[in-house]
Amino acid sequence: MKTYAEVNEKIRSGKAVVLTAEEVVALGKEKGVKHVADTVDVVTTGTFGPMCSSGAFLNFGHSDPPIKMQKIWINDVPVFGGLAAVDGYVGATEISEKVGFEYGGGHVIEDLIAGKTVTLRATSYGTDCYPRKDIETEISLASINQAFLFNPRNAYQNYNIAVNTSKRTLNTYMGILLPDIGNATYSTAGELSPLLNDPNYRTIGVGTRIFLGGAPGYVAWEGTQHNPQQVRGDNGVPMAPSGTLSLIGDMKHMSTRFIRGAYYYKYGISLFVGVGIPIPILDEDMARYVCIGNEDIYATAFDYSVENRAKPNFGRFNYKELRGGSITVNGKPVPTAPLSSLKRAREIADTLKKWVAGGFTLTEPVRPLPADHGFKPLNIIEPEHRA
Amino acid sequence: MAERRVVLSFLRWQLDKPITYKLVKDYDLVVNILQAKVTTEEGKLVLGLEGLEQNIEAGVDWLKEQQVIVEPLATGLSVVKDECVDCGACTAVCPTGAVHFTDDWTLGYDEEKCILCLSCVPACPVRAIHEKF
Repeated sequence: MKTYAEVNEKIRSGKAVVLTAEEVVALGKEKGVKHVADTVDVVTTGTFGPMCSSGAFLNFGHSDPPIKMQKIWINDVPVFGGLAAVDGYVGATEISEKVGFEYGGGHVIEDLIAGKTVTLRATSYGTDCYPRKDIETEISLASINQAFLFNPRNAYQNYNIAVNTSKRTLNTYMGILLPDIGNATYSTAGELSPLLNDPNYRTIGVGTRIFLGGAPGYVAWEGTQHNPQQVRGDNGVPMAPSGTLSLIGDMKHMSTRFIRGAYYYKYGISLFVGVGIPIPILDEDMARYVCIGNEDIYATAFDYSVENRAKPNFGRFNYKELRGGSITVNGKPVPTAPLSSLKRAREIADTLKKWVAGGFTLTEPVRPLPADHGFKPLNIIEPEHRA
Repeated sequence: MAERRVVLSFLRWQLDKPITYKLVKDYDLVVNILQAKVTTEEGKLVLGLEGLEQNIEAGVDWLKEQQVIVEPLATGLSVVKDECVDCGACTAVCPTGAVHFTDDWTLGYDEEKCILCLSCVPACPVRAIHEKF
């Protein structure tokens, strides 16, 4: 048993033993879980994948005369302005009104982090205190006040495997799915993925300090669609999309190496988000969780050609098989492809390992993530049945 | 045996000529149609030709005599390394494994295997793959 204080004392004195989530799986296999519990203090995780539910709050500062920005655009991408006068929220999936899918909210966020200047345009109805009715100017990350990512749902604890049984190619957020189960895509870093290393949210909770987009950030809340009650294996790991995190961090310290705009063909805009979370090995239970390897983490294959909320599934496959490049669906070998970058997930886990070794201490959650939430559907209630 | 990749462009009045048949029969070439696009206006064929060097040469000369424009397909795609995030979305649609992962999960591109179907170009979420020609 270790406490957060003890782990942090070791970090401060430079004596903490820090491994990445891949390294600890190898160590666990070689020396056992008990050895890991006794010798390892912190395990660093990482993931770098498209996470649509992301966005940035920006405060532009006040012009002279000032304006209460009602409708806002950055590089022709609509920005939500239903806040105070010069606050806005850039949603990652918002689409340019001029060039469509070529450019969107995710690209605005990337361009700002890259230090590029962007065009800010806003209109208003004018008030006694904010007389200006329109504005057009140039801004950059350095010229504005606050700029922080506040992502409602990141770091999904596991995700689907997508296949397509139809006769036509499907363009989806899971990439391009070829007909007749011509391929299978998946989007999780497997044994490196943050929430798969702490399946019951013992150490990851509100207030946990993390790596977000290359800068320190925090877990702000449970993520939207957080679904801890998802079906789990004997090892406690969910076998389909489960827990999620809402994350926050200062864009001014982020890097485009770990935040990138994305466009999925005929689907839309998204944002590649790099997330890493350090996990303290408080006891043997935590050691057991971080030692779970790709061969014991399963995801479920769903048919994306079925246009219903509940899609038929084709069984479960583990991340070792998925990483191996081929799975067998309906007796037929199907090539697999990831949508999230394992290479960059490793880079994040390695970077975070260096941070921790260099004094990045761990935070005990100020509030645990809920363990009892279900996942509600949206029902269509006809007018005659409405309250 | 030699191998060559060529782009053939021909006009409307040339469309009914059995080009590939002649290349196979008269010049003993193995013809692999990598891409074909025929409209009512014009035709474009990307062919892989395999055979004796002098036969490929003679076959190409014959094509030129038929007023077919023959251009070498020297290079295929370029993957911009600074843009690529090594995610793998392109590998999902590549029919030949030309875009693939190397041992450390870096995205690799094998020009030899590429048949220029260009499926990977729209599949790339960060637009890192471009046609070279």
